[in-house]
Amino acid sequence: MSASGVALEHGHDHEHAHGAHGHHELSFVKKYVFSTDHKMIGMQFLFTTLLMLMVGGALALGVRWQLAFPWTAMPFFGPMFAEAGGQISPEFYTMLFTMHATVMIFLVIIPVLAGAFGNFLIPLMIGADDMAFPVLNMLSYWFMIPAIACFGLSFYFGGAAAGWTSYPLLSDIRAAAPSSGSAQTYWLLGVTLVGVSSMMGSVNYMTTIINMRAPGMTLFRMPLTIWGMLITAILQAFALPVLTAAGFMLVFDRLDFGGWLEGIHTVFFIPSGLVVNNADPTVGGGQPLLWQHLFWFYSHPAVYIMLLPAMGMVSDMLACMCRKPVFGYKPMVFSMSAIAGLGFIVWGHHMFTSGMNPALGMTFMLSTIMIALPSAVKVFNWIGTIWGGRLQFNTVTLNCAAFISMFIVGGLSGLFMAAVPVDIYFHDTYMIVAHFHYIVFGTTLFGVFGAIQFWYPKMFGRKMDETLGQWHFFLTFVGFNGAFFPMHMLGIAGFPRRYADPYIHPYLEHLMPLNQFITVSAIIMGVAQFFLLYNFGTSWFRGEKVGRNPWGANGLEWFAPSPPGHGNFDVPPVCYRGPYEYSNPNHPDEDHWMQTDPPKGKKKPEGDAGAGHH
Amino acid sequence: MRKFWCGFFIFWPIAAVIYSAVSPQFNWWFPGPSVTELGQRIDNLFYLILIIVTAVFVGTQVALGYVLWRASHSQEERSWFTHGSHSLEVIWSVVPSVILLFLALYQMDVWALFRVQSFFPKEALNAPVAEVTARQFEWRIRYPGLDEHGKPKKLQLKPQPDDLYTVNDLHVPIGRPVMINLRSDDVQHSFFLPHLRVKQDAVPGQIIPIWFEPKKQGNFDLTCAELCGWGHYKMRAQLIAEREVEFQAYLQKLRADQNYDGHATPSAVAKKDE
Repeated sequence: MSASGVALEHGHDHEHAHGAHGHHELSFVKKYVFSTDHKMIGMQFLFTTLLMLMVGGALALGVRWQLAFPWTAMPFFGPMFAEAGGQISPEFYTMLFTMHATVMIFLVIIPVLAGAFGNFLIPLMIGADDMAFPVLNMLSYWFMIPAIACFGLSFYFGGAAAGWTSYPLLSDIRAAAPSSGSAQTYWLLGVTLVGVSSMMGSVNYMTTIINMRAPGMTLFRMPLTIWGMLITAILQAFALPVLTAAGFMLVFDRLDFGGWLEGIHTVFFIPSGLVVNNADPTVGGGQPLLWQHLFWFYSHPAVYIMLLPAMGMVSDMLACMCRKPVFGYKPMVFSMSAIAGLGFIVWGHHMFTSGMNPALGMTFMLSTIMIALPSAVKVFNWIGTIWGGRLQFNTVTLNCAAFISMFIVGGLSGLFMAAVPVDIYFHDTYMIVAHFHYIVFGTTLFGVFGAIQFWYPKMFGRKMDETLGQWHFFLTFVGFNGAFFPMHMLGIAGFPRRYADPYIHPYLEHLMPLNQFITVSAIIMGVAQFFLLYNFGTSWFRGEKVGRNPWGANGLEWFAPSPPGHGNFDVPPVCYRGPYEYSNPNHPDEDHWMQTDPPKGKKKPEGDAGAGHH
Repeated sequence: MRKFWCGFFIFWPIAAVIYSAVSPQFNWWFPGPSVTELGQRIDNLFYLILIIVTAVFVGTQVALGYVLWRASHSQEERSWFTHGSHSLEVIWSVVPSVILLFLALYQMDVWALFRVQSFFPKEALNAPVAEVTARQFEWRIRYPGLDEHGKPKKLQLKPQPDDLYTVNDLHVPIGRPVMINLRSDDVQHSFFLPHLRVKQDAVPGQIIPIWFEPKKQGNFDLTCAELCGWGHYKMRAQLIAEREVEFQAYLQKLRADQNYDGHATPSAVAKKDE
């Protein structure tokens, strides 16, 4: 912290983060590799997650190919597994969807929100010079690398193939899955390392947001992005230890130590007397359902970890694009908190058919259905934010509008599986697949695409190309809905998840053409992402140069130079009002009123974001 | 461009509604009406939710399209300066919560009937028809042996010497509620009868009773709905719902086949046993 304090004094020497070699003389390695600067760490996360997005997408295409054209040689990717004739074997298929989910959840969605945007935005938006613990922050990125390496090793040893949920005993007993020797163990280590990284970030975000806000930045003057990040950090801090513990329990179940370590071979999840794949009968007294409880106790809150920061960012972007305050700022904060709170008592809805006590099914149904309420309130408030605004359709607006539109679909389809009796039928069918892709891709990723376009000028001092951005949006949106909307119908038809060849079942035979349509749409969606990468890469050099506040936004981050130097602000910012004072009649000169603008002799105007609503 | 994008955000929900409405014509819908009464009640709940969801979907998407159109065609010099409305927040919190609470409470009795043992039909609960054991990658079925009158004995928890075994063909009688005991030999599986809207995970170390009452004869798909390994998709089996007499005859034949020692004709063996 003392180092960053010094940096603040000399901040003006570092207007240009990229060419500048100010008198800190940071070596290349310290500046770009083992950097403790939150902006650089944020960008490292962003580059890594964009790369992983492409990897995860390629894995999904393998799954889609098999479902559309089963047992035929896959073009383009086929030569990578030429020994199988380019065909996707059932073992390979199982591995593909497992690793697709793993990469997308643990290496894309969670780190792109908390890691990339959380790191980049939190200190800038609250007016801090850096995170509270810069070295811890650096470590949180560098723990991702061994995590990726572990997942890579998992690939090398044949790939974990027990689904991203890794239910025992499939994930527990080595004989249960042909490739689950070391692959599953490395997968578990990878998840644990991602958890370590998230935990370091979480502690850092909470401390920074609570302790390092600029003068005048009260809690209810914080942008909703920061609220989303704070609530996410709290969720992670409380939920993650459970998954980490469960992961180690499963690792100890799996490891077969010899010699004096033999006692470590545990049976947390293994009941006695099972004969798996003709191996020796198991000895134990464990309970496989325990894993499901522990896993979902983390992984359901994790769904909100994958969503809340995007909700916050979209609120900020929408207010700016509509030149209008967020409608119902405090209800937005309270509904985010309610989602987070309720998020801890709904995990059982993943287990309605699991054989847990049916009375639990009823309570979990009640809490799950009620979590739709704060989500609905948020949707109404977003629509209210646009209502009466002055709007320009640019890439940011489009992605935000798509975010709302897709969240409505994902939220509503969730009602079907929240209702236990209906979920009996829909559990583990494509209805579920459609639902969570509408949330995790349709909602979160559209929010992220908008956020990349919106905060890119702050990262690099240039704007991204608008035409390419709109083409990317258009193709992604069309491809996305073409791929995932028909999956609802597959679900209603009872099409199960994770089938390498569903068409051997008579009642599914006629669904192949629909699957082919889905696959073509998925390919369009995949190709569209190259527009984003191209735009992202070339705008770095060719984008229109912009000043500090290209969007005419209010937040503290737009008060800093673009890109901000080491220590962020050349003048320490002071916050005078809430973040959404757009078109305030008390401020007639401009249609925005930055949080840092001093009141100019006037008495403090009414209408802080928090105060407007009683 | 703004006309295009406004149209875009109005067009897609319309396309989605039309697509959903025509889906049943293309068989992209339930695999036929449910063959059990409980399944029909589940379908009714589905349609109830579907109606609510469609109304909310159309309402919110139209509202979104409308505010987008209004905001992008705004002639005002400045946006409307407002931080929200308390009464609106109250309305749109209370109304959905009442609907949601109703939905949640309305589901309870179907769930209880499906899963809570004290609600099971007594005749089914007292005499399970068979034990179904899932294993990688097949369904093993164990019927209790037949007594001297050719009637099934009571299914015991542990295998008995005269139990009858078969694989992947689950025969059940129609016209009365039947219960099976579900177990797993190795990893987790899930017993899924799409035409009956029945699904229950098979958990290693647990015996889980499931009941259903097929109303009509026929062969219905039985599949696995919980990832159980590379051959998950291969656990194809069928449920054969048949009249009581046919079912009894099937059990007799099963016993005869099982007792066939290669010398006598199967029917003779069956007679000798009696």
